[in-house]
Amino acid sequence: MPQKILVIGNGMVGHHFVEQMRSCDEHAQITVLCGEANLAYDRVYLSSVFNGKTAADLALTTHENYQNLNITVHTSQWVEHIDVTQKQLVTADGTHFDYDKLVLATGSYPFVPPIKGNDQSHCLVYRTLEDLEKIKACANDSKVGVVIGGGLLGLEAANALKQLGLDTHVVEFAPQLMAVQLDQQGGKLLRNKIAELGVSVHTGKATSEIVAGEQCRYRLNFADGSHLETDLVLFSAGIRPYDNLGNKAGLTLGERGGIVINNACQTSDKDIFAIGECALWDKKLFGLVAPGYNMARVAASQLSGGDLQFNGADMSTKLKLLGVEVGSIGDAHGITANAKELIYQDPIRDCYKKIVLNEAGDKLLGAVLVGDTSDYDTLLQYMLNDMTLPEHPECLILPDSAGAPTLSSSALPDSATICSCHNVCKSDIITAIDNGANELSAVKTCTKASTGCGGCTALLKSVVDAELAERGVEVNNHLCEHFAYSRQELLHLVKVEKIKTFAELLKRHGEGHGCEICKPAVGSILASTWNDYILEEQHVGLQDTNDTYLANMQKDGSYSVVPRIAGGEVTADKLIVLGEVAKEFNLYCKVTGGQRIDLFGARLEQLPVIWEKLIAAGFETGHAYGKSLRTVKSCVGSTWCRYGVQDSVGQAIAIEDRYKGLRSPHKIKMAVSGCTRECAEAQSKDIGIIATENGWNLYVCGNGGMRPRHADLFATDLDTPTLIAYIDRILMFYVNTADKLQRTSVWLENLDGGLDYLRQVVIEDSLGICAELEQQMAYITDTYACEWLRTIEDPNAVKRFRQFVNSPDADENIVFVQERNQIRPATEAEKSTLKYTQQRPIAVTEITQEQEDVLV
Amino acid sequence: MSWYNIGTLNDLVLNSGICAQVNNQQVAVFYIPDDEQSVFAISNFDPIGKANVLARGIVGSLQKNLVVASPLYKQHFCLKTGQCLEAETIRVPVYQTKVEQDQVFISCQPVLAAS
Repeated sequence: MPQKILVIGNGMVGHHFVEQMRSCDEHAQITVLCGEANLAYDRVYLSSVFNGKTAADLALTTHENYQNLNITVHTSQWVEHIDVTQKQLVTADGTHFDYDKLVLATGSYPFVPPIKGNDQSHCLVYRTLEDLEKIKACANDSKVGVVIGGGLLGLEAANALKQLGLDTHVVEFAPQLMAVQLDQQGGKLLRNKIAELGVSVHTGKATSEIVAGEQCRYRLNFADGSHLETDLVLFSAGIRPYDNLGNKAGLTLGERGGIVINNACQTSDKDIFAIGECALWDKKLFGLVAPGYNMARVAASQLSGGDLQFNGADMSTKLKLLGVEVGSIGDAHGITANAKELIYQDPIRDCYKKIVLNEAGDKLLGAVLVGDTSDYDTLLQYMLNDMTLPEHPECLILPDSAGAPTLSSSALPDSATICSCHNVCKSDIITAIDNGANELSAVKTCTKASTGCGGCTALLKSVVDAELAERGVEVNNHLCEHFAYSRQELLHLVKVEKIKTFAELLKRHGEGHGCEICKPAVGSILASTWNDYILEEQHVGLQDTNDTYLANMQKDGSYSVVPRIAGGEVTADKLIVLGEVAKEFNLYCKVTGGQRIDLFGARLEQLPVIWEKLIAAGFETGHAYGKSLRTVKSCVGSTWCRYGVQDSVGQAIAIEDRYKGLRSPHKIKMAVSGCTRECAEAQSKDIGIIATENGWNLYVCGNGGMRPRHADLFATDLDTPTLIAYIDRILMFYVNTADKLQRTSVWLENLDGGLDYLRQVVIEDSLGICAELEQQMAYITDTYACEWLRTIEDPNAVKRFRQFVNSPDADENIVFVQERNQIRPATEAEKSTLKYTQQRPIAVTEITQEQEDVLV
Repeated sequence: MSWYNIGTLNDLVLNSGICAQVNNQQVAVFYIPDDEQSVFAISNFDPIGKANVLARGIVGSLQKNLVVASPLYKQHFCLKTGQCLEAETIRVPVYQTKVEQDQVFISCQPVLAAS
């Protein structure tokens, strides 16, 4: 017979128990009695309902899900009485349920202080989704709202009132906010910050009665004689365990409530367990979700023959209250004997950080963080794992201090708890990755890490990234399924074996037909090494469409054209040509971030004609389509600028001319600034050059875009020949060693030894390869040829620029409409309308008002 | 079955694609001489990117399937069945091909390919 397990309560902890129980015992007959109308939902984020989230967003499970797990659930079922001798209970509607084992997960209820007048219509509590509905309804005819209670939950409730647009007040009996978690200074700063956000805080106020108000619905009278008017009162003055069922059943309770449990989460009746906020362990109640989850796991283990024990819980917490970051770790008040405190207070950035150390000053006992919790994860790990602190522990809380050791994943012991909600430690994550979870989301799914309060998100990511990176280097740096080699290894094979084509490389070292990953990567390797024309018959199939057609494909299959404008310097005559070409072919014009001009809307068959005209005017290809040097941006420099100290434009043009056409693992951007004001934004580029009185400062491996990285200062006050030599070596070293599609920023971050190592290689020639690197670069620069010039001179190459191999027609699906006096691609809706009104949809059409109406 | 001559093998590009107009339809034709079938034809229209671009994708193989990767968003379409490997419900039309004395023929209508 499978055991009958009955669970009372379906809050976060009750639900967690059910899931754990099912995974420990697939046969147990599990029945859940849920008092609320909703199944388990995420109470931690309750106030987000006022922020647009729905009850469904907060739901932790569904009826279908329980059905799939073969769990019977009854909602809105309040249990009336438990008969421990018959092992049976009865609900309010008279239904009887038998059990072999009973689990009480009844949770807690909000404590409403015994204040006269606390039972009026607009006096509410904040705990359940149903409470939220009532608050919402009452807020409709209210302007002012007061939360009584300035603890963690009280401030959450204040957030809810503020979201509802009420003039919000918080009244706290203690002299400070969050007295449990914060010290006096921290509480004071939190109070100031919350006041700045428009929430009035009244501390040290004991409410004596709630009477009718003069301006508002109610008036709160305080013990000190003062008063406050409000339309709505929300009580959030702590929680009390729902222990009355246990009480009636004769279970042992604590002096001030709570069902007493042992380390196995067992109550005084061996067949009844209690978990979560209704349970009292070692005279302590636990009002956070993590310890509750922990108890749920213990009970599930015990009920399935395991022997997991509950040994208390860490009550550290990190959260954002009304937009203010607050963190509290361990012994926040420094009550341990001989504890020492280190405090950092910053009135400008408005943050307060305190760490509590043991007597010897080498272990962390606790911490308080207000206004900036970025150090929380690191500090928590030091405390939980009893790790020895660095020599100067203050560096852990000082802002961006140079000496601050970042607690890297590898420094954490395998036993380190990463996610306390779901009790996931580092070794669990390693196991998950070993079992095939190869990205963050997969690790989250199979370990549940970071799916509770979310406080460990950043830490989890860094651990997963570090572990994956470690494996990435060891096991899976293969280019793709066709080559069991890394990009660097393939490059070596190409060089050593003098392989000149993809087919040859595939035959000797690969399998299958290749794919869109390995073909362009090998194409790039061959181009970096041999610098052949990329549209030779044996190379053309390797290129991405942008490289194949030497232009950038846009969403509708048309292309954009970007001629090189080195350094952003362009003559009036050339501008006129660009304008004339754009006008003739009706192209959309846009100035790019790299100081050149992008012409959009060219059809495939127009590209060679357009380029013929551009080349005749002295333009050359801009390689905007390639994984190669894009632009060298420049400021106007000493030639014109009052502040410039060197000719930045001249330098930018020289550099762009030198490196144009270099094929690389990814695109490369550069910039030259004429003085320290840095108008060319060189420090966000792969190669950045900033003029000084004495020469040039060289910055490397910066990046803008999705993942910005500030470039590193590589060398200072260089003369131009040295500058060029260093850039030659850095670029070629990058081309030779980077992974596929790896920008210089990531390349440097992954380079063992980092910037110092790069300096040794490039400046000190520690590998003895500088001459070779320069020679390789010289070969590339010597063999440069404009790809567009070669293409228009070759009738066979031009042949490829046709929509149809067997017809001169154009693609009818490319349709433009006018917007702001230029063309743009028609939307699908516009296209279907135009089909009926037009003979030749390729021609540009003005949408008439009539058509506009149809489209709308 | 009626056939349409789009030109000679010389008009195709080795291990890559071109687009031909067949009966007012845009057909992407790929030439992979290593494979027994050697010439493959599917619709040129990418139903995900909604543009006539499949002929300009990179061809290759994934597991045992010969595929082309759309140059727009890189979904793979099987050259033999037209099936999109990333989306079960998406399949582009497939045309039959034959080569006779270097002349390349495409079926005038798409065929139902076995999946």
